[in-house]
Amino acid sequence: MFDVVVIGAGCVGSLIARKLSSYQLNVAVIEKESDVGNIVTMANSAIVHSGYDPVPGSLKAKLNVLGNAMFDKISDELDVEFERRGSLTVALYDEQLPLLEELAKRSKENGVPVKILTSKEVLEMEPNINKDVKAALFAPTAGLVNPFTLTVHAMENACDNGVKLFLREKVVDIKKEGDIYKVICASKNVYETKVIINAAGIYSEEIHKMIEPISYTLTPRKGEYFILDHYSDSLVKHTIFPLPTSKGKGILVSPTTGGTYLVGPSAEVTFSKDDVSTDKATLDDVRRQASEMVPSIPFNQVIRTFSGTRPTPSTHDFIIEFAKKDNHFITCSGIESPGLASSPAIAEYVVNEFVSKVLSLKKKDNYNPYVRKRVNLAKMSVEERNKLIKERPEYGEIICNCEKVTLGEILDEFKSSVPPMTIKAVRKRTRAGFGKCQGGFCQPLVTKLIAEHFNLPLNKVLYQFEDSYVVRYKVKDEK
Amino acid sequence: MIKKRLVIIGGGSAGMAAAIKAYELGERDILIIEKNAYLGGILNQCIHNGFGLHEFKEELTGPEFMTRFSKKVEELGIPYRLNSNVLNISNDKVVTYSNSQEGIVEVKADAIILSTGCYERNAGAIQIPGDRPSGVYTAGQAQLFVNCYGYLVGKRVFILGSGDIGLIMARRMTLEGAKVLGVAELMPYSAGLNRNIVQCLKDFNIPLYLSHTVKKVEGLSHLEKVTIAKVDEKMNFIEGTDITFDVDTLLLSVGLLPNVDLFNKLPIRISRTRGAVVNQAMESDIRGIFACGNVLHVHDLVDYVVEEAREAAVGAVQYLNGELKHEGHVYEVNPGNGIGYVVPQIVYIDDVKDKLSFKFRVRKPYKDVDIYIKEGDKVIKKIFKPAIIPSEMEIVKLDKSLFLKEANEISVYVEERK
Amino acid sequence: MKELTCIICPRGCHLVVDDELNVSGNTCPRGAVYAKQELTHPTRTLTTTVRIVSEKEVSLPVKSDKPLPKEKIFDAMALINKTSVKAPIKIGDVVIKNIFGLDVNIVATKDVSR
Repeated sequence: MFDVVVIGAGCVGSLIARKLSSYQLNVAVIEKESDVGNIVTMANSAIVHSGYDPVPGSLKAKLNVLGNAMFDKISDELDVEFERRGSLTVALYDEQLPLLEELAKRSKENGVPVKILTSKEVLEMEPNINKDVKAALFAPTAGLVNPFTLTVHAMENACDNGVKLFLREKVVDIKKEGDIYKVICASKNVYETKVIINAAGIYSEEIHKMIEPISYTLTPRKGEYFILDHYSDSLVKHTIFPLPTSKGKGILVSPTTGGTYLVGPSAEVTFSKDDVSTDKATLDDVRRQASEMVPSIPFNQVIRTFSGTRPTPSTHDFIIEFAKKDNHFITCSGIESPGLASSPAIAEYVVNEFVSKVLSLKKKDNYNPYVRKRVNLAKMSVEERNKLIKERPEYGEIICNCEKVTLGEILDEFKSSVPPMTIKAVRKRTRAGFGKCQGGFCQPLVTKLIAEHFNLPLNKVLYQFEDSYVVRYKVKDEK
Repeated sequence: MIKKRLVIIGGGSAGMAAAIKAYELGERDILIIEKNAYLGGILNQCIHNGFGLHEFKEELTGPEFMTRFSKKVEELGIPYRLNSNVLNISNDKVVTYSNSQEGIVEVKADAIILSTGCYERNAGAIQIPGDRPSGVYTAGQAQLFVNCYGYLVGKRVFILGSGDIGLIMARRMTLEGAKVLGVAELMPYSAGLNRNIVQCLKDFNIPLYLSHTVKKVEGLSHLEKVTIAKVDEKMNFIEGTDITFDVDTLLLSVGLLPNVDLFNKLPIRISRTRGAVVNQAMESDIRGIFACGNVLHVHDLVDYVVEEAREAAVGAVQYLNGELKHEGHVYEVNPGNGIGYVVPQIVYIDDVKDKLSFKFRVRKPYKDVDIYIKEGDKVIKKIFKPAIIPSEMEIVKLDKSLFLKEANEISVYVEERK
Repeated sequence: MKELTCIICPRGCHLVVDDELNVSGNTCPRGAVYAKQELTHPTRTLTTTVRIVSEKEVSLPVKSDKPLPKEKIFDAMALINKTSVKAPIKIGDVVIKNIFGLDVNIVATKDVSR
């Protein structure tokens, strides 16, 4: 019997679990995927928005600004790559200038520091921006974050502080008997709990409907992106946005914490929540729009295209509330952009404003907010690195050539309380396979490492989802 | 810091051939740095035959070919490091590598030859449309799994791209009991050798769909379906030409790209081959840093890789002995009509010993053509070819005496005979 | 009448061979020789792998030391797939001797020391 079951281990669910782990509560997280952060968290712009865009007074505006401010501390505690680079929202035409003023006003209302820069100032900061730029809104608090390690490390920290994580458990029904919820999974496992927090991302609508009829809908809106290799460190240094439209913040060009560049996303309504396909016409449009802002984007450096679905709520705002009929079911729904930036604040908000109303929260004495620090070879001097390699030779052996990831770094992840069980999970934690060859060289090696660690034959190692075996058969198998 | 006269990065066929040649020219202070646990590079997984016809006048398999070279390296006692990955080359030629035994090692080199080979264009690079399931591999990755790991990636296979590795894998997977349903090639002609079309596809009745490409990949988890369609001259899909295959495997053989990362942050120009711009000595924009083999431009025969590696070794030894002057008359070499690229792009003619070779590829197949090499507006060489195709690199060797030293531009182009 | 693509040079001539083995479509004499051989007695060198008991490797690359008749390729594969060898192995070591009495050996193409 749990005090709280969190359904969904994306960045929101993981950060809620971590927050709950600081209290004397028995907490479980149930996730249908083979890893945390596999769906909405997997495919987004990896941006900590400053908060200039949300409508003043909305939950989005409030939590975005609060969340943004929390990132310095949380990235330190959770050892997550985070860089406060700032963003530039550019006006390319004179008729866009009033809109830029409007945004500046909105920023002030939201409490976001911004400055309107002249064309000259913009080009000094970012020489690759379209020379016709008229002005830009500079938001210095915007940042880049690694959403994968944020989520993995938040969950790891939660587990280190006593939370139980159950992966590959798909919730199919929820029943209430007396004061107790029974969360029923496809595996036939049943988890009993006093309180449920619905953080099921794009599927939070379906989870919520298991207990009551709901008045909102979530529309899956697909965003398609390009990733460019880290061929150079000077394409852009800030996140470059166009002016926002009704469809969203538009197609951005941004560096990432991994040194690559992200271009996208599109924003199309799709029919299926599972649809993460890409198509040429949409990507061509992304390319055209991005090139208008930054004409010199070298699309021959594209190493991957991907798409993700965002749960766009019919209410146009985050839906964080008690169920109508029962305040022991708390829903976090419609967490689309700026969800990642807001996620630490969402966790605080859910626990402080909702969980606290139904459970008594007592601090744990031995709560440790710090995740085990990862070695950061890139930031070490040759002497430091050599000292380390002497103790642990596996830090000298490179597995991923493109991203220079060592065997030691991969083996360290297996020791975590949320160890990677799939190729994609290793990729998210270490960047092995994220580079230009996309695992062409290292994927066989990584497959072998996973097989060895979990004592599996090679053809039982998954790429990502159920049944997505990396290799399917043995050569010369008699069968 | 360790000092070495010549550091060779990559111990595949190019690196080994360069090392051996440099040794034969008298250079003794050499170090080969190799990332794998063996010398030989990609040939280790190329278990098919067809290597060495020029070099050894016999048909060898990849492992046999590479073993001949690695034995020679051993025999000459040329030092090498295995399991060692180069992290960086600095402007002043400090090569930093890492391995588990020595840790991070910095080597100050007088000359460097980069011979790190190439990597395969993958689903990301070609922006393949549709879902992102498992079961999509580059042909070389599947080759490693099948030949070296002993795992058959799947049993119902479609192949995109008619590059030689894809064709070789069509045969290989068929021999191991998989069903290969077809090969689609975007262009109206094959990217692979005729011999491979015949012996890897026709022998096993595997259809080749020319002017076709993948329109959609389907499968939310593992690959389930691949739909191909025909394209017109502008590479747009022609409606009503869709063919869907139920498959668990899609292999991509859609080209190779030079693995030129280590040059990315150096002031070295990259040419249209996606490798470095080089002069006649295979020397990049930084004096004393050379490149050869597939990291310079992708070759179709390892025999030619070896030949080019020797040119780079000659250049490196010339450089080490102060014989590369970079003085006198200089040419810029440009591809003209019908030519995709030419290597080298720069020629210091006075540094050429006696012969100079131009390597190039045509953009499309030609029959009955003349290849022209022109200095300024004067033709200095004309060669007739009954047939010439993009998948086969052409090499033209020219005597130094043919060059007039009048103009500064050399162009290579083809003209079809009517 | 049979049609085939010549593989002797990149030109890839389209060869037509009639019932009396007269070759047309070739632009050089080598094409005719190839077409006759291919139609009367097509052979292929087989390259594949065989299981190996070794500390380092799971499969050993092998080849037929002479071309095999084309129609014997799958039979040869079946036999090779049932075979296993033990390290150490040297290039040229015979894995299957005189396969099907065809005077062709299946030989190792890689050294595996242990």
